Amino acid sequence: MKFLATQWPVAALAVLLALGLAAPLAIGDAPVGFYIEVLLGGLMAGVLYSLVALGFVLIYKASGVFNFAQGAMVLFAALSMARMTEVMPFLVALLLATGIMVLLAFAIEKAVLRPLVNQDGAVLLMATIGISYFLDGFGQTLWGSDIYNIDLGISKEPILILDGVFQGGILVSQEDIIAAVTAAVLVGALAVFFQRTPVGRALRAVADDHQAAQSIGIPLNRIWVIVWSVAGFVALVAGMVWGSKLGVQFSLSLVALKALPVVILGGLTSVPGAVIGGLIIGVGEKTAEVFLGQWLAKTYALAGGGIENWFAYVLALLFLLVRPEGLFGERHIDRV
Amino acid sequence: MNARHIGERILAVEDITLSFGGVQALAGVSFDVREHEIRAIIGPNGAGKSSMLNVINGVYQPQRGAVTFLGEKRRHMEPHRTAKQGIARTFQNLALFKGMTALDNIMTGRNLKMKSSLLAQAIRLGPAEREELRHREYVERIIDFLEIQAYRKTPVGRLPYGLQKRVDLGRALAMEPRLLLLDEPMAGMNVEERRDMCRFILDVNDEFGTTIVLIEHDMGVVMDLSDRVVVLDYGKKIGDGTPDEVRNNQAVIDAYLGVQH
Repeated sequence: MKFLATQWPVAALAVLLALGLAAPLAIGDAPVGFYIEVLLGGLMAGVLYSLVALGFVLIYKASGVFNFAQGAMVLFAALSMARMTEVMPFLVALLLATGIMVLLAFAIEKAVLRPLVNQDGAVLLMATIGISYFLDGFGQTLWGSDIYNIDLGISKEPILILDGVFQGGILVSQEDIIAAVTAAVLVGALAVFFQRTPVGRALRAVADDHQAAQSIGIPLNRIWVIVWSVAGFVALVAGMVWGSKLGVQFSLSLVALKALPVVILGGLTSVPGAVIGGLIIGVGEKTAEVFLGQWLAKTYALAGGGIENWFAYVLALLFLLVRPEGLFGERHIDRV
Repeated sequence: MNARHIGERILAVEDITLSFGGVQALAGVSFDVREHEIRAIIGPNGAGKSSMLNVINGVYQPQRGAVTFLGEKRRHMEPHRTAKQGIARTFQNLALFKGMTALDNIMTGRNLKMKSSLLAQAIRLGPAEREELRHREYVERIIDFLEIQAYRKTPVGRLPYGLQKRVDLGRALAMEPRLLLLDEPMAGMNVEERRDMCRFILDVNDEFGTTIVLIEHDMGVVMDLSDRVVVLDYGKKIGDGTPDEVRNNQAVIDAYLGVQH
């Protein structure tokens, strides 16, 4: 009851979303099998958004930096991976790519974070925008600017399930399933790492108060390298999954822009928030695109497309109005 | 004065000069601290007390002079290194980890004592798990000592100010420091909270033998607590000695009460 009293706008928004999600079935013009396929497609896109959002959350949690370059890191990691798998075995390439991301973390700590320590958040944000452009360009310089493939060795052949239950059954891509499992494992591991280990505690300490963290003997610089390395590895995983699905190309870098509404929804400081925010936005925009678009086209004779492009941002805007700290973010109440 | 055994000199600051741009915060300040004593730094606002503490702690690098701690002389230092040497501190404006519980805040103080490797921690191997438990026991003793058992699992941001100050002290104590720096431990507290904090400071000094350097505005508190007092004014040392000596020092009286011109 107390929740309803204070959080009714959030509850109202949730009910609205749920109704919207159920509407196509209730109105009854969507075949159940197709409807579920759209949902799954949305969940899959959501998993990918979550992976990118995770990188944001990790860095923000531990260094208070809003890392605009996360998308560029995804592209850079995927490019490195794609080009290296052309000339060496997959596992060697994976190790090397991880190494590259760790090196990058060292470089960023040395060249950007250390000189700018204790600067304003806006200054650091600008710095990460710089990093982002640098990485986009540098990636092309090193690896080229064509569209490349990462072959994860998974069959792209979809499998048909529940053939007997629904008319036409449901088509699921094996790649998607493996990507979802990978993401789940990664998220689980990170959550345990942050919440249950002393290093995780040190990371959270640095996130909360730099000065105090140093005073108890936590070396800031090393913590930053660890966090940016982990974020780099998450970017590598995200880049591999996206890249194998859509090909490695410049547009990967723009995925980061979709991760922004995700972190607003889930909360900038919450690992589970990044996941749930990603899933909500993935499912939301896919079902809105397909069914709301269809409905608008039929009822009002509109074109009905393009909903996918703005849905996430409108939802994020609504969330900013009713719950600015996000679903699971920390609410800071400052004494005045 | 109590009858504790005051030991050898543990810390010496010599000729510390520190300025920010054109503003001189400290000008050639020297004093020493002996093991097991409670040493106060007092002075009017802007006298350079906090700057002095930050120099000892390694936050500020003085332009001239050196700090010798446990026989090791240095000028340039980083806070996480002084922490390794055994210097802990509390903050004037609370600097707790707001998102964490009181227990977790104090546990962070054990950070330096943890030996398990990153990997062992991450997968929670047996030894890492046992180590965590051992530290947890120590932290529980501190929690008992500071009488904050009931607030263990409360996020510190929700605790009243006086209790937050105790958690801050607890975090510093968890480091088992040789030297404890307290930056205005009673600031903003009510009478009852002050009395509690005084008791804790004396007990820490008594039971653990921890050497304490504290900054305080409240003269009554300072005179009761400390063995020796350094008085700063406009970045210069104008008095140094036992509370009685300092109380009768004309320069100190002038600085505090003002001089008739």
